[in-house]
Parts: sequence; structure tokens; C-alpha cells
Amino acid sequence: MTTTSFLSLSIWVPVIAGLLVLALGSGDRAPVARWLALIGAVAGFLVTVPLYTHFDPALATMQFSEFSPWIPAFHINYHLGIDGISLWFVLLNSFVTILVVVAAWEVVEDRPAQYLAAFLIMSGLINGVFAALDAILFYTFFEAMLIPMFIIIGIWGGPRRVYAALKFFLYTLLGSLLMLAAFIYLFLKAGNNFEIQAFHALHLPLQAQILVFLALFMSFAVKVPMWPVHTWLPDAHVEAPTGGSVVLAAITLKIGAYGFLRFNLPIAPDAAHYLSGFMITLSLVAVVYIGLVALVQADMKKLVAYSSISHMGFVTLGFFVFNPLGIEGGLLQMISHGFVSGAMFLCIGVLYDRMHSRRIADYGGVANTMPRFAAFFMLFAMANSGLPGTSGFIGEFLVTLGALQANFWYAFLAATTLIFGAAYTLWMYKRVVFGEVANASVQALSDINRREFALLAVLAAAVLAMGIYPKPFTDPMHASVNKLIQQTMLKKI
Amino acid sequence: MTTVPNLAPASAEILLLVLVSTILVADLYVDQARRFVTYYLSQGAVLLTVLALVVGHTNTVPVYTFTSMFVDDTLGRVLKVVVLLTVGVVFAYGREYCAQREILKGEFFTLILFATLGMMVLISANHFLTLYLGLELLALAQYALVALQRDSARATEAAMKYFVLGALASGLLLYGMSMIYGATGSLNLQQVASSLASGQVDHLVASVGVVFIVAGLAFKLGVVPFHMWIPDVYEGAPTAITLFIGSAPKIAAVAFFIRMLGEGLAPLAHDWQQMLVLLAVVSMALGNITAIAQTNLKRMLAYSTISHMGFTLLGILAATQQGYAAASFYISAYTLMGMGAFGVILLLSRSGFEAEQLADLKGLNKRSPWFALMMLLVMISMAGIPPSVGFFAKLSVLRAALDAGYLWLVVVAVLLSLIGAFYYLRVIKLMYMDEPEDTSPIGGDLDLRVLLSVNGLAVLVLGILPQSFLAVFNHAIVQSLR
Repeated sequence: MTTTSFLSLSIWVPVIAGLLVLALGSGDRAPVARWLALIGAVAGFLVTVPLYTHFDPALATMQFSEFSPWIPAFHINYHLGIDGISLWFVLLNSFVTILVVVAAWEVVEDRPAQYLAAFLIMSGLINGVFAALDAILFYTFFEAMLIPMFIIIGIWGGPRRVYAALKFFLYTLLGSLLMLAAFIYLFLKAGNNFEIQAFHALHLPLQAQILVFLALFMSFAVKVPMWPVHTWLPDAHVEAPTGGSVVLAAITLKIGAYGFLRFNLPIAPDAAHYLSGFMITLSLVAVVYIGLVALVQADMKKLVAYSSISHMGFVTLGFFVFNPLGIEGGLLQMISHGFVSGAMFLCIGVLYDRMHSRRIADYGGVANTMPRFAAFFMLFAMANSGLPGTSGFIGEFLVTLGALQANFWYAFLAATTLIFGAAYTLWMYKRVVFGEVANASVQALSDINRREFALLAVLAAAVLAMGIYPKPFTDPMHASVNKLIQQTMLKKI
Repeated sequence: MTTVPNLAPASAEILLLVLVSTILVADLYVDQARRFVTYYLSQGAVLLTVLALVVGHTNTVPVYTFTSMFVDDTLGRVLKVVVLLTVGVVFAYGREYCAQREILKGEFFTLILFATLGMMVLISANHFLTLYLGLELLALAQYALVALQRDSARATEAAMKYFVLGALASGLLLYGMSMIYGATGSLNLQQVASSLASGQVDHLVASVGVVFIVAGLAFKLGVVPFHMWIPDVYEGAPTAITLFIGSAPKIAAVAFFIRMLGEGLAPLAHDWQQMLVLLAVVSMALGNITAIAQTNLKRMLAYSTISHMGFTLLGILAATQQGYAAASFYISAYTLMGMGAFGVILLLSRSGFEAEQLADLKGLNKRSPWFALMMLLVMISMAGIPPSVGFFAKLSVLRAALDAGYLWLVVVAVLLSLIGAFYYLRVIKLMYMDEPEDTSPIGGDLDLRVLLSVNGLAVLVLGILPQSFLAVFNHAIVQSLR
């Protein structure tokens, strides 16, 4: 294990780059802001690469640990570290940040410096969320990243952006304030200690576990989002600018699911078992019902937003069947969804930049005017519906297997997503891309330029690589997932 | 037998008194065009008093003087320094605003300095009468300050309301003190505490006394249901005066709570804790919910103050050292935020124009991205979102309350602060997401601009590195309360 502070770098390089963009790129110096942001994002990604290359997959403990006292008066420490679970999200997040910066290149003309800076700062803070091993440090990053996202949606979003931004913020804040109360409670129980790993070792009575579980659940369920607290997501997605949607779908939703793995399961395993029926029910409702809701959407972004909720239902289902297949499947589904949903939103962004409409009915026959785009969009649509050979398949398949071990009917209901997912995605694809050219504005469309091609090609490569050979993705996970399963199976009462 | 009392513990107060009296006389020879002389003299007085407090005091145990009516301890010194620094900032923020409204008279400075002296006496009081003396010195100066703009009907009305209600509260307080005196036979805080602890006291009389005292204190702090004066006074007073009333006196009031309840009436904690629980909950609820409906920024901040005072009470009602430290920390952090918010209002105001409607903040990010960012920091801090000092302030009082066993109260507080977040976010929304209605350039002299930037950044920096700030209050409480 190395002692180099790659984790700190992965947090603070983007944040500092963001501040530099803000300081040097404001006003009419947009090119400076763009190049600086790109350099910052690439540098931010490069410092995370050693996290993968130096990661020891045999260890289940936290790696790349950094520890220094932060606020001794409260026993709060700057404690960072990642295991096989959080590793992927730091990488994914830093990777997506580059895409977001490139995607905004000539599209965002209103105050580009503030826009790019908000994304870079948020990227660093999100890395902090995944790397924090101190509950208050986690909470700090968790809350602080809301502010850039609030501003991104509120300034650069669509017509109802203010409503969406406020709804997004307040929903998330409601959950996280209860989480804070739970953290303080655990802090007192753990003998004045905010270490997450100390929380894991706590033996709480069932009633306390249930309360803690529910308080944390409120926070993470809103973030995932799980049915029925999902209603902020379609609004936020529809109103957010493309980059905002990409980060929301690809990264911030994962924070909720990650929270379940890092907090709920190991801290309150008995409550998790006690409430597993509840959690599985909510997950299956999300998979089936939200899948059907997605089917009737007239707005492409809304459709992908609902499809995200449905896919995340799969993730939480995998977590609460308590077996390695389910949890690893859920994790793979999260990574894959990061690529696929990001790609879907970028594709919609490509169309929106040209047509300024997201209504499916305004399109038709795009394949005739944008053949290269149509090919990419096809691949991502297939991945979104879980076609074997794409990344979308692996996770869904493993989760379904895991659910089958737990209960046949869970697996049966979950598997309906393969039908619904294909139905809503491909039907949308058909209406938008195939058929006769629908109207004059579609006729006037120009195919993707080199910048957009590069963006989509990178994502296509990732989706295919993960679908065809997932081993490099799963290898670092095994040890950590097994440890998590042990913790989850532990009876604490 | 006459002996000269030990004056050293009160040296800062004596120094300030001498300096204020000098300024009072000196100001007579200063004409309006050279009022800045008074300004610099007053800032000098504040600075000298801070130095007197900081330099040369090394005692870590409380030192009593004037037959134990007055105490010099670390808590007192820390709070006095915070109060004085706040007053210095008030002068700097308010100078240009007052000059434009022709209320930059000598009275503005001397009244605030006398109020400051009152606060210092209050903070160091170890006796019911000293507490009352300090309180009245503060209150009388404040009544006059609110009415400083003589031709403003609004200000006069606010001053009248404040005066009548304030007098009533002082009456309640005195009545409560007399009951305690009747029950214990003493007005000295330690003696009251020890005779209450002995159990030889008529509990009924003492607890009736506590009820009156808490009511009087609650009025001074401005918590529901004794809050009626706050919105009117905040709105009616000139903004520079609101800035003052909303900042330093709150610190003094918390010190008052800690001295009175935490020291003098500590054995009756069980009685006053229940009252404070109620006061805290209704203040947080009413303050946060009513603030949503306000369109006047000053009124909104008034209701926000009420909810913050409710939060402060969470620390006090824990009745532990940790709780008192948390409450002092909270109130100091709140003062920092409140000054930032009012500073922005002062910055946006010009002669003949009061930027006191929420709509006046619209599009601030387009007019001045830097000060919009400062206001953003202040707002997220008030909402208690990290990384800001407001978050750690909330964390410390919540921890103290939870440690004292008030789980349900913490959950209620947390949910109510969610409601609070809404109107703070609305301010951010107005600044960042709306188009400016008023495109005139941002005014403000250099003092205001620099200090406001420092103020805004302090909210952030103390939110990232709160350790030293926190430790000061923890040490102060540990060294001062037993």
C-alpha cells in the first residue's frame, strides 16, 4: 500500500481547478475557462488512475488511507480511504467530469466559467463523499455538493428550473438532516467517535437499529431515488442542463445506493433483515411500476429519468437479498448505469442542442440525417434495455440470479424489467430515429461533430468493454463485498 | 471600615467608560463634516478595550470583586471580545449608511458604546442587581438607538413598542428576582445556588420566581411567545441599528442565560429546562414558518433570528458545560452570519433607497458576483449546510441536546431547520436565478466592502477549520463554570 495521498488529490485537484476557472475565466474569457476546466478535469482523472493500478484486490480493508485530526473538539477527523466498493465510484465520477466539461464546450454560452467551475468543484466534493471514512466528513461533502448542483439546475436549466432546483435541494436536505441526527446518536453510542468503522462495530438493540436504519434510509432513499420519494428526479432531470443530467444520473444517484452499503447494512444488519421485505417491495415497485410510467412519457429526458429510477430499483433489490450475487450485481449495475444513463443524456443533449426540443413527437427519421449519431444511440439504447454483450446486461443478470436465490417471485418480477426496459427504450428509439423524416427541422439536422463523436465513442467503448469482459471491474470488488456480506449476516442482538 | 475594592477585574469596563465619556465630550467639538473623527475615536475605544481584555489577563480561575458582585472569568472575557469586535464591525458597516440618512451623529457612537458597556457589565455580573444594571444600561441605549431617526414614523413606533414591552419584561425579571430573593435570602449567584441546592428553600416560591425570570430573559433574547417586538423593531429601525440590535446584544443575552440559569439557578434546572424546551420548539417552529411568508428582507431576518434563538436555547437547556459552550459558540457564529446578511443590505442601500425588500436582491450575481457569493455563504451557513460555521454551530447544540437525552427535540429541531432552509434557498435563488430589477452599481465604501468580504469568507473558513474557534468556547466554559 502506498502512502501517497491520491485520495486527497482526487478531491482537491478538481476543487482547486474549479476555483481557478472561476478566478481566471470569468467575463469574456470563455476559452480560458474551457481549456482550464478541461486540464483540471483530466488532471483530476489522472490522479485517480493510481487508485486502480495500485489497488490490492486481495484486501478487504480500507486502502490509500489518510488520517489527520480535523476538529479535535468534536473528535472529527479527516479520514479517507477506499475499498473495492467505493473505488469504482471515485473513478467513474472523475471520468464523467471530463465528459461533462467536453459536452459543455461550445454549448454553454451563459457564464461558462461559473458553469464549469460548479462542475469541477462538485466533482471533487463527490469524490470526497465516496472516500470519507468519518461520518461528519462524509456529511460535509454530501451536503456541500448540493450547492453546486442547486446552482447548476437553477441557472442553466430549463423553463421550470427554479422549481426543480428547490425541490431537488429540499428533498435531499430533508433526508440528510435526519441522517445527521442519526450520526450524532451513533457518535454518542460509539463513545464520542465519528469513525464510520466504529459505527460498524456498534452493537445496538433492534429498536435503535430500526430507527437508525430509517433515518439513514430517508437520506439515501431520496438520493437513489426509491419509490415513492423519487418525484424530484424527473423534474430535476428535465430541467437540468445536459451536464447536470449526466452527473445526476451517472453519479449522484449512486451516492444513495453507496450509502446503503456503507452505512445501513453494516451498522444496522438486523434492522436490514427485519426491513428487507419493505426494501424489496419498494425496489420492485420501482422496477415494475416506474418501468410502466417510463413507457408513457412524451419527453425523452423524462423517459430516461424514469428508466434510471427503475434501474436503481434493481440495484437496491440486489442489496437487500443479502447474497454476493445480488450485491455485486447491484454494484455492476450502478457502474453500468453510470455509463449508459450518462450516454443516453448526452445523446438527448446532442438532439436538444440542434432542435431545442425533447419531445419525442417532434422527432422521427433522425437516422436519415444523422446516421453516425443513430448508430451510437442504438448501442446505448440496447445497453439501457439490458442486451447481452453490453454493460447493462451483466448487472441485471446477476441481480436476477441473486433474487432467484432468495425468492422465485422476486426474480420473476425483477425480470419483467427486461421486457419493460426494452419496450420503453426501443419504442422511444424507434419513434425518434426510424421512419420517414418527420419535419423540416429534422431534415436540417447535421450529424455529430468530432467533439460529440469522441464523447460518445469513449462511452461506447466503456459500455462494450464492461459488457464483454467484466472481470477487471469485478475483481477488486470481491474481497470487500465478501466482508460486507459477513457484516450483514452478523447478528448484533 | 472602608476598603477600596479590587478594580483590576473591571479594568476593561472602567477603561471603556472613561473613553466613552471622553468621546461624548470630544464629539461636541466635532462638526458634521468631520464626524469621521468620532468614528475613529470610537473604533479606537473599541480596540483599546479589546486589548485591555486580551493583554495581561492570565488568570484561569474566576476572580471576584465588588463584594462578589462582579466576576472576571474566561467566559466573560471571550464573550466581551466577541461583543466588542461585533461593535467595531457595526460601526464600520453602518457609517456610510448613517451618513446618507443624516443620523451619523455623536449619539450613534456614544449610545452604542454605552450599550456595549452595559453588555460587558451584564456578561461579568455575578449578582442579580449587577445583571439588572447591565441589562438596563443596554436596553435604555437601545431604545434610544431605535428612535435615532427622529423624523421616521416607523422608527418611532418601533421604539415605542420596544420600550413598552422592554419595560414590562424588566418588571417581570425584577419580580422574579425578588421571589428568588424571598426564597433564598440572597442575590449573589453562588449563594442563591448553594441555598437552592441545600433543599431548605420553599420550592414553590423559587419556581414561581424562575418562571418570571425565564419570561424576562426570553423577552430579551426574543423567543416565542415573547418575540412580538423583534419583527417590528428589526423592520422599523434604521438598518445600521438593526444590525447592532441583532448582533451583540444577543451574545449578552446568552451570557445572561448562562449566568442566571447555569450558575444561579442551576439547582432548579429541572424546572427551567421544561420551560426552555417549550420556548425552543415554538421559537423554531414559528420563526421558520413565519419567515417563509415575509417579503421584507429585514422582517425575514427577524423571524430567522427568532428561530436561531430557539436553536441556541437547545444548548442552554441541556444544562451541561458542553451545552453552554455550544450555546455560546452558536450565538457567536450566528452573530457572524447575521452581520454578513445585514452588511449586504447596507451595501445595497443608497441614499434615499432602502434595499430591504427580498426583491432588491434579485440578480445580485449579475450585479456583483463577489458579494452574491458572500451572501450565498451567509445563507448556507444560516441554513446549517456544511462547510460553513453555521453547520458546526448546529452540530454542537444538537450534540449537547442529544447527550442530555432530548432525542425527540433534536429530531424536531432538525425537521424545523429544513423549513428554514427553504427561505434561505429562496434568497440564493433570487440572487442567482432571477434577473436584476435594479441595475445601478453597487455602492459601499472601502471599509464596508473589505470587512464584508472578510465576514463572508470567515463564515466559510471557520466552517472548514472551526477547531480553534470551538476550543475557545470550550475552554472558556470549563474555566468559568463549575
